[in-house]
Amino acid sequence: MQNHPKAALVLRFLRGRARLLVLSLACSMLCIVLGAMTPQVIKAAVDCVLGDAPLPAGFGFLAPAVDAGVLPALLAAAATLAFLALCNALSDYVGRMALARASEGFIKAMRDALFSHIQRLPFAWHVRHQTGEIIQRCTSDVEVVRSFVVNQLTEVVRTVFMVAFYLGLMLSMNAKLSLVALVFLPIVAGYSMVFYTRIARRFRTADEAEGELTSAVQENLTGVRVVRAFGRERFEVERFDERNERFSALWIHLGRLLSYYWCIGDLITSIQIITVVCAGAYMAVAGEISLGMFLAFVSYNQSLIWPVRGLGRILSEMSKASVSIERVRYILDAQPEVEPERALTPPLDGDIRFEHVTFGYGGQDVLRDVSFTIPAGSTVGILGGTGSGKSTLVHLLDRLYDLPDGGGRITIGGVDVRDIRRSHLRRGVGLVLQEPFLFSRTVRENILAPDPQAGEDALHEAAHTACVDEAIEGFADGYDTVVGERGVTLSGGQ
Amino acid sequence: MAFDETEYAGRSFEPAVWKRLFPFLRPFGPLLLVVLALNVVCALVDIVLPLLQRYAIDRFIVGGTTDGIGGYFLFCVGVILVQTLSVLGFTRGSMSIEMRLGRDMKRACFTHLQRLSLSYYNVTPVGYILSRVMNDTNRIAGLIAWNFFDIVWALLYVLGVLCAMALLNLRLALVVLLVVPAIAVLTVLFQSRILAWNRRVRHAHSRITGAYNEGIMGAKTSKTLVIEEQNCRDFDALTAQMQHSAVRAARLSAVYIPLVACLSSLAAAAVLVQGGLITAQGGMMIGTLSAFLSYAVGIFEPIQRLARMLADFISVQANIERVTGLLDQQPLVVDSPQVVARYGDCFHPIRENWEPIRGDIEFEDVSFRYPDGKEDVLSHFNLKIPAGTTVAIVGETGAGKSTLVNLACRFFEPTAGRILVDGRDYRERSQLWLHSSIGYVLQNPHLFSGTVMDNIRYGRLDATDEEVRAAAEAVSADTVVDKLDRGYLSDVGEGGDRLSTGEKQLISFARAVLCDPRIFVLDEATSSIDTRTEQLIQHAIERLLRGRTSFLIAHRLSTIRHADLILVVHEGRIVEQGTHEQLLRQGGRYHDLYVKQFAQEAQSRVMG
Repeated sequence: MQNHPKAALVLRFLRGRARLLVLSLACSMLCIVLGAMTPQVIKAAVDCVLGDAPLPAGFGFLAPAVDAGVLPALLAAAATLAFLALCNALSDYVGRMALARASEGFIKAMRDALFSHIQRLPFAWHVRHQTGEIIQRCTSDVEVVRSFVVNQLTEVVRTVFMVAFYLGLMLSMNAKLSLVALVFLPIVAGYSMVFYTRIARRFRTADEAEGELTSAVQENLTGVRVVRAFGRERFEVERFDERNERFSALWIHLGRLLSYYWCIGDLITSIQIITVVCAGAYMAVAGEISLGMFLAFVSYNQSLIWPVRGLGRILSEMSKASVSIERVRYILDAQPEVEPERALTPPLDGDIRFEHVTFGYGGQDVLRDVSFTIPAGSTVGILGGTGSGKSTLVHLLDRLYDLPDGGGRITIGGVDVRDIRRSHLRRGVGLVLQEPFLFSRTVRENILAPDPQAGEDALHEAAHTACVDEAIEGFADGYDTVVGERGVTLSGGQ
Repeated sequence: MAFDETEYAGRSFEPAVWKRLFPFLRPFGPLLLVVLALNVVCALVDIVLPLLQRYAIDRFIVGGTTDGIGGYFLFCVGVILVQTLSVLGFTRGSMSIEMRLGRDMKRACFTHLQRLSLSYYNVTPVGYILSRVMNDTNRIAGLIAWNFFDIVWALLYVLGVLCAMALLNLRLALVVLLVVPAIAVLTVLFQSRILAWNRRVRHAHSRITGAYNEGIMGAKTSKTLVIEEQNCRDFDALTAQMQHSAVRAARLSAVYIPLVACLSSLAAAAVLVQGGLITAQGGMMIGTLSAFLSYAVGIFEPIQRLARMLADFISVQANIERVTGLLDQQPLVVDSPQVVARYGDCFHPIRENWEPIRGDIEFEDVSFRYPDGKEDVLSHFNLKIPAGTTVAIVGETGAGKSTLVNLACRFFEPTAGRILVDGRDYRERSQLWLHSSIGYVLQNPHLFSGTVMDNIRYGRLDATDEEVRAAAEAVSADTVVDKLDRGYLSDVGEGGDRLSTGEKQLISFARAVLCDPRIFVLDEATSSIDTRTEQLIQHAIERLLRGRTSFLIAHRLSTIRHADLILVVHEGRIVEQGTHEQLLRQGGRYHDLYVKQFAQEAQSRVMG
């Protein structure tokens, strides 16, 4: 079954939250049932209090009040309404809270899982993928999946239940009038579904046009020096205008389609309602239904038609979720760095040996049959042109990349680095990168990142060793300066 | 300057801010009126609809006749058609206003940005500008085009329903009115709290996005420092906070929405009692009772929405302020009206009046201070650069090497003194006149998304493909192009990020060459090209610089030995000037730099 892995992904994050979801569904169904009672009470009041029909089954509790006169009867009916409203509100509250809890728990689990999985993915994976693209999957796509599970799925279940329940009620009151109402429902739902499915592509095009427009502005801003130096202001404005025009034209066109959709939808819906009103009135005059029944019927019909119309839109939006789930799954299915069963933690003070190391990125060998030994405690310089593999040697030693089988081996004190626990190895290898990355926290936190428990002395000593202590003390907030905020920027060297 | 994007947190209504929108709204005047009128029609029809049902009940059901039911049906369909056409008209109108208003504001911002001086860009983050050009304009346009009319509709509807109820039965109308204040109080109480929590949710959300960004960009660092676990814990704390805020926000809504619904049911119950009594006494028809019940339930939703929409609408003031703040920025370097009259502005140059440029540049008693600086970085500086001279500027990072170039290119103007180009103060000519003759290659080369061909052609828009190729070959950029799968038609990606810095530099070199400028600026242009490529283009540079006035800002001193004049900059001031040989003989700062760097370069080749 093709959908199986996708369902598995959703179920994985639903675990522990399914109960909340079920509770919320149960509550909203209760709300529907309670909501359906209101027109019944009004019907009873109209037919039995203001009219002289006998009380329908289930309303026996009103009998003493009805016998006592109009006012007590009306008060009893109103009290019933108030009671129903109160129950409805309570159940609505519980349902909404359960849904919010389930929803937030679901998305938290998904975000956490993605983040920690990404942290554990091998470096090669990070190199292959663009940051913006991954972030989009972790934010927008996660949001789409959440909305699919929490809003759309529950909404569909709710609507189906509501339609079934209301139709049941309507059929039990009068089959003929129900049929009149029923004929329109597939038209209303089908119409909006077809429309939204067909318009989805246009929404995508319009979104892309907005993306193009944004990047046109962004590029102009980041490249402002180039624009000025070549005197290309006019060219830039013309290029911008063209995209701006395209973007707004696409949306105006889309807006026109949406307008037609809305008003044709409104038209069908309203005609359905009027048809039911007229047919109902006709039947009431003919004595086939009572006045109260007419009121109840019209009121059910009106509450039914709007959700049915929304259903079409939801069904078409649900198709988007499939794509998003796939995009999230792509990340979670990537193979993280795995530790061998019995990862070793040997002392890292032995000789380093490269034995017949052959390694390359994407088919092209960077290192071919490289062998050498570095005696413990020695300083080694590596030189060579750009792309000759200087950094690769170090990356392999720190296991940012792993040697494939048959690519030779690298040992420290005779132990193959691939048998050493990564965290142990990397703590033992202090690697200062060419493009250093500082986290936007305080200077203190950046320096202490490898060992948050280290004391103040260690902090100052580390800063002193790296010759940045003076610069840091020159900042207004010293070690508590937040990197990258409010113009506090560090030079590349610092 | 603070660039915190703190959100609007409730401020008084300032008409002066809103007035700034008028020029943008003026072209839509008639359309705005039409949309307004259609909204009024919609509200009226919505008010009338329950009355139609009332008629059906009282006339047909209670009256016990089906006479005229066909006509009634047709009449209803007619009313619905009016409604449908109004909806069609106003949604199309609103959409059109939204998009065209947004488009016009974006264009105004973008065009204005093209005039602003580089000093503005030096201190303003790109994201800050971008959110004004895109997000704020979108929000203003959206709220003006939709929200404003929604408010009008809701106000009219509520008022209309109140009137209709009062006309039908005053006593019963008062019963419904009793509940309205309760709802209003509830709305005021909850709305501000819900807004505040939603703000926290958005804030938490942007912190989560930021954490993803760091977690991904800093992956290599995290791995080498083995801090993955700690990162995960930190992230966990963030998402926990998000969950907390989101659930709190949801709880407020979960109380508020059912409560309002409950109140409106109570109103309906009250109507049933009062209305039932009146009906039973024969004071009212059942149809009227039914219409009342519809009104009593229907009036609360618009009241509720009205509060939210008004809050939203007022909050646009902050967006308007942000956009007008951008539009109010004054460019630092401006051409005088006389200059614009003669030479044209940057959008409409009058090229036939442009004198050809030779490239003599003279600094005459120039003093300069950056707009945000406290002291002069140049004072009474004099320098004559005859056309064709190569001037090199050396010094440590941050010593102010770019200042001279910024002045010579008129990205900034002297605070005192003047700069002559071809013997005339350059303020007597237009900025574009000068800029069109400058070829600029930056340390961080910037390419635009598009093909390699497009990017090189940026230097001269009417260049033929052959000329583009020739320019690329002149600086060995063709070696880069040959490696790309689609040659000159390869896409370089956003900001050129599919190419390495060195490759981008070669392309930007070709771009400058194609422009065939009289003045050349190379800002540390060869710093990211490996030694072999550098040698390749070194010859090309020397050939190209011949006969052109040029500025070389260089970090590697080896690249500027042959310059006609070397300026040594230290702490923002020019401390030495002369040729390579003269300066070495002086044994001053240049000598020290040269010796130190020679050793450093040897070292960095080893460590690289």
